Amino acid sequence: MFQLSPEGLAAVKKELTRYESKDSAIIPALYIAQKENKGWVSDEVIHHLATVMDIPDARINEVFKFYTMFNQKPVGKFHVQVCTNISCALNGSRELAQHICKEMKIGYDQVTEDGRFTISKVECLGSCGTAPMMQVNDAYYENLTPESAMNILRGMK
Amino acid sequence: METKLLTEFYHLDEFRTLPGYQKQGGYEVLKKALKMQPQQIIDEVKASGLRGRGGAGFPTGMKWGFLPKNNEPRYLLCNADEGEPGTFKDRLMMERAPHQLIEGMIISGYAVGSQKGYIYVRGEYHYPISVLRKAVEEAYAAGLLGKNILGSGINFDLDVYSGAGAYICGEETGMISSLEGLKGQPKLKPPFPAVQGYLRKPTIVNNVETLAAVVPIIKDGAAAYRKFGTEKSAGTKLFSLSGNVVRPGNYEVPLAYPLKDLIYKLGGGMKPGRKLKAVIPGGSSAPVLTAEEAEKVNLDYESIAAAGSMLGSGAVIVIDDSQCMVDMLGVLTHFYHHESCGQCTPCREGTGWLNKIVHSILEGRGRLQDIELLIKVADNMKGRTICALSDAAALPVLSFVTKFRDEFEYFVREGHSKVRGVRNAEMHH
Repeated sequence: MFQLSPEGLAAVKKELTRYESKDSAIIPALYIAQKENKGWVSDEVIHHLATVMDIPDARINEVFKFYTMFNQKPVGKFHVQVCTNISCALNGSRELAQHICKEMKIGYDQVTEDGRFTISKVECLGSCGTAPMMQVNDAYYENLTPESAMNILRGMK
Repeated sequence: METKLLTEFYHLDEFRTLPGYQKQGGYEVLKKALKMQPQQIIDEVKASGLRGRGGAGFPTGMKWGFLPKNNEPRYLLCNADEGEPGTFKDRLMMERAPHQLIEGMIISGYAVGSQKGYIYVRGEYHYPISVLRKAVEEAYAAGLLGKNILGSGINFDLDVYSGAGAYICGEETGMISSLEGLKGQPKLKPPFPAVQGYLRKPTIVNNVETLAAVVPIIKDGAAAYRKFGTEKSAGTKLFSLSGNVVRPGNYEVPLAYPLKDLIYKLGGGMKPGRKLKAVIPGGSSAPVLTAEEAEKVNLDYESIAAAGSMLGSGAVIVIDDSQCMVDMLGVLTHFYHHESCGQCTPCREGTGWLNKIVHSILEGRGRLQDIELLIKVADNMKGRTICALSDAAALPVLSFVTKFRDEFEYFVREGHSKVRGVRNAEMHH
């Protein structure tokens, strides 16, 4: 059963009183819980949040499903998100994403056997002047080539 | 040459810290503003001709004027959900000059009578969010935020809220829904946010660049700001230049700056051996311009409107002659289909069909009548929904198909790209 750590629980409780409306804490709470559940949100996670926040499961679930940054299935330790929107596509980002998948021997949104990587194609990340680019967990890597991207990923610890 | 009203000190790393910002005169404008009457500030912003820099270009002072004239509590929200493909200027502003935005927000909050502000930042911007949060902390510690700011008796609280990945939250009522802890679905207007916004209280939503521009306007006055640009497009603006150009990046220029100069002078022009084919002048929702059209246009609201497009967020996307327009439209239809919030039928269904039809062409299964069908579906999506996303999805389709019709017809007839000679459909999987 998923349970927030004492620190996570304290952080969620703090968010509950931070805003004028209690519901505004749902997005911050989902972030906290996702981090503690290896990068994704399961039904158990939703139910636990609903219980500790005293908000119906369905309310939390609809918010969770609407936003792309909450993962609906397990992801690797490093979630590699390659922007394939227009400015990046004009600079070879789709070929880059394909190259990474081929090197990692996985398809999009799958997890490598060792559990380390998931590759996803995503929409514009606001890094259009430094295309192509990828986001790995919280960090941006810009002006990539297939080689430089693989070097960065191989060095991930 | 750039004209750096906002970005003059962006090259200094310390400018993002409170001491570094104050070294360049930071928060002096706030002191001046606190000695003015709120109405004087509103009048100055009105007189400056400042228009919303997020995309819609609505006059900022007029928007502020829609607030009820009473003491009802009201909110000031900063829209930092920068998501319009091609746009990366707000990210730069938050990373390099968080205090400029905070100073602009305190002044604006005082002007409109708000004691509480939020900066709603798109969730992917982890780093800008961390820079902003640190700056807000610094400002509180220095008595620039909170109760009785600088002994003026004025209060203003500010918090930074992280979104979670949804383009539609850049629409102001979608952003309000999201901040309320709901799905980020836009709300029917009226009532406009100025009357009934966040938690049904009067609310002003302004873009990052708009709020930051209040600082130079109050510093030197509306007349000084109006020295740049035109009557209807006053001041300077940041343009995000991207795509097939030698020096992509953010450039601050006076409005009415020639688009050609942005691409060829500041942007270094096209890569060796390549020719300009098309330009999307205001973010992916703006109708595409042909090279001939683009080279005649100036970067102001009226010049781009006269050419049949929009200045939008100021994202200039350059497309060279190595690119296939059918392929690029496929990228855009996929985006709008992915981002439609789903509440209005013409948008939810229309974006899906546009995407299916373009992709059937890309996969070599297109029929000639599909080109007319694209136009018909797109036409039926305009002006029929709660927010502008439906129109934003329709406009690129209409402009791509009508201006580059030969490429679409060739793809249908031959089953591969006129430019690339191949189908390349796997790029879309």
